[in-house]
Amino acid sequence: MEQLLGSLVFIVLYGGTYGAVLFIISVGLVMTMGLMRVPNLAHGAFAAIGGYGAALLMNGLGLNYYAAVALATMAVAALGALAERTIYVRLYRIPELDQILLTVGISFVVIGGLALLFGPNVFAFRLPPSLSASVDILGRSFPVYRIFLLAVGVVIIAGFWLVFDRTNFGAKLRAAVDNRSMAQATGIDVERLVMLAFAAGTGLAALGGAIGAGLFPLEPLYPIKYLTIILIIVAISGFGNIKSSIAVAILVGIIETAARFWLPEVGGFTVYALVIGAVALRPAGLFARQE
Amino acid sequence: MKIVVSSSGTTALKPRGFPVMEIALLGAAVAVFFLFPENLALASYVGIFALFALSLDVALGIAGIVTLGHAVFFGVGAYTAGLIAIAGWSEPISGVLLGGLAAAVLALAIGPFILRLTGLPLVMITLAVGVFFFEAANKMTWLTGGDDGLYNIELAPVLGIFEWSVFGTMEYLYVLAWLGAIFYAAQRLAASPFGFALRGIRENRLRMGLIGSSVLGHLVVAYAVSAFIAGVAGALLAQTTEFVGLEVLSIEQSIDVVIMLVLGGVGRLFGALLGAPVYLLVKDLSKQWNPHAWMIVIGMLLIFVMLFARGGIYGGLASLMSRRRLNQGEPE
Repeated sequence: MEQLLGSLVFIVLYGGTYGAVLFIISVGLVMTMGLMRVPNLAHGAFAAIGGYGAALLMNGLGLNYYAAVALATMAVAALGALAERTIYVRLYRIPELDQILLTVGISFVVIGGLALLFGPNVFAFRLPPSLSASVDILGRSFPVYRIFLLAVGVVIIAGFWLVFDRTNFGAKLRAAVDNRSMAQATGIDVERLVMLAFAAGTGLAALGGAIGAGLFPLEPLYPIKYLTIILIIVAISGFGNIKSSIAVAILVGIIETAARFWLPEVGGFTVYALVIGAVALRPAGLFARQE
Repeated sequence: MKIVVSSSGTTALKPRGFPVMEIALLGAAVAVFFLFPENLALASYVGIFALFALSLDVALGIAGIVTLGHAVFFGVGAYTAGLIAIAGWSEPISGVLLGGLAAAVLALAIGPFILRLTGLPLVMITLAVGVFFFEAANKMTWLTGGDDGLYNIELAPVLGIFEWSVFGTMEYLYVLAWLGAIFYAAQRLAASPFGFALRGIRENRLRMGLIGSSVLGHLVVAYAVSAFIAGVAGALLAQTTEFVGLEVLSIEQSIDVVIMLVLGGVGRLFGALLGAPVYLLVKDLSKQWNPHAWMIVIGMLLIFVMLFARGGIYGGLASLMSRRRLNQGEPE
C-alpha cells in the first residue's frame, strides 16, 4: 500500500512536471489558435529554434544557462512577430488545408535547416550544476531540474492570470478571442494585438523548447516529432481556452507517465485512445461549454 | 445558359472531345518503360504513390474531408496483403482486393464517428487516429513484426501466367494496370450523381443537408471508397517490394501524400498522377545533392505553391491551356 502510494506520488510529480513543459510549449498555440484560427503547424519549429538557440548561446558565447534561455526566448519572440507580419498575415483568408500545408512547409524548411547546420543527431544540451542535482522526496531522489520546470510553469500561469485578468491588454485580448470583428469595431487595434500575442506565443514555445530540452531532446525532427502531442493539447483544450489548457497539459502528462509506468507494453498509445474519445465526444474542447 | 458548379467541377465534368491528358500520361508511362529499364522499381514505387494520392483526392479533393491520417488505410492494406501472403494465400490479385477491403471496412467503422466533425477537430482526430495505429502496430510485434517488419512475402504469378521478374518489369506493368483501372473508375465516380452530391457537401454541408441529402452517409461511403483505393496502393507496395515496414503507417507518410496531391492539384484526380512523380523526383534528386537539404527544397516548394500557385501543377497547366484557347478565339 505504502509502495503504491509512493509510486502514485512520483507519477504525479514526474507527470506533472512533464505536463508543465507541455503546457509552456503548447499554450502559445492555444492562444493564437483562438485569436487567429490558423492551425500553425510550425509552432514546434519555433520551440526547436528556441532550444537550439539557447544551446548555441551557451556553447558559442559562453553565456550562463538562464541568460541564454532568456535571450533565446526574446529572440524567437521577435522572430515570431516578424513571421506574423510577413507570412502569417497572408494566411488569414485562405482555406484551412492551405494554412496547414504552408505551415508544414515552414516546418520542413526549419527541419532541413537544423539538420544542415547541426547534423542529424541529438544536440547535446548541458544543464548547469545547480539543476543537475537531485533532492530527497519521501526517501527517493527527485531531480532539481524537474522542480525548476514546475516553478517556471507556475510563474507562467501566474503571469497569464495577471495579464489576462488584471491588465487592459488582457481585456482587449479576451475581447478579440471572443469576437474579433466586434472588438475591431470598438476601436481595439486587433492587428497589433494579434502580432503581440503571436510573438508571446512563439516566445513561450521557445522557452519550453529551451528549458524542456532535458525531456524533449533537441533534434532536427523536433518540429514534427512533438507536433502531435502539442496539437492534442490544443484540440482537447479548445481553441483559445488557456485555463483549460493548463489542466489538459497536466492531465495528459500524468496519464502518459502513469501508462508508461504501469502498462509499459501498452504505453504511449493509451493517451491517443483517450484523445480520440475526447475529441469525438467534445469537439469544442474537454472543458468547454458545448453549444 | 451555362451553369457553373464550381471551378474544379466544370473541368472534371465537361465531356472532352480528345483525352489529351490521358494520352500524354499513358505516353509518359510507356516512355519510362522503354527509356529507363533499370529504374522500373522506382517507377513502380511512383505509380503506387500516385494511386495513394488519388485515393486522398477522392476524400479530400472531391468530398472535402481534410485528413492528416490517410496512411492508416495505406498501412492496413499493406499489412493485410503481406499477412495473407505469408499465411500461404499467394494469389496476388485477390490479395490486393482483400487489402483494399480491409481498409474500407476500417473506414466504415470509424467514419461515422469522425466524419461528424469538420475543420480543425477533424484534422486533429485523423492525426490522432494515425498515431494510434502507428503505435499499435509498433507494439503488436507478434502480428506486424514491429521494427523488423514483414518479410518472406512470396507470390504466385499474376493470373497464373505472368511470372514476377527480377528487373521489376512485371511489377511495373502490374502497378500500371491497377492505377489505370482505378483512375478510370474514380473519374466515373467523380462524374456520377454521387460525385455531384459529394462536391455539394464540400461546398456547403448545411445546404446539402437541408435539401435532403444524407450528408454523413455520403461522406462515410466516400471515405470508404477512398480507403479502399489507399488499401490497394498499400497492398501493391507490399507485393512489389515483398516487404512491409512500420513506415507505411507513419504520420510522415500521411503528410507526404497530402503534399503530393497539393503539388499536383487538389480535386482534379489528374493532380495525383502529376504530383506523386514530381514530389518523389524532387525528393530523390535533392537527397542526392545533399541528404539534409531535401526538406528545405520541398518546404520552399510547398510555400511557393500555397502562396502563388494554388491550383498546383494541374491547375497551372489547365489555366495555360484555357488561356491559349481564348487567344485562338475558340469558344470555351
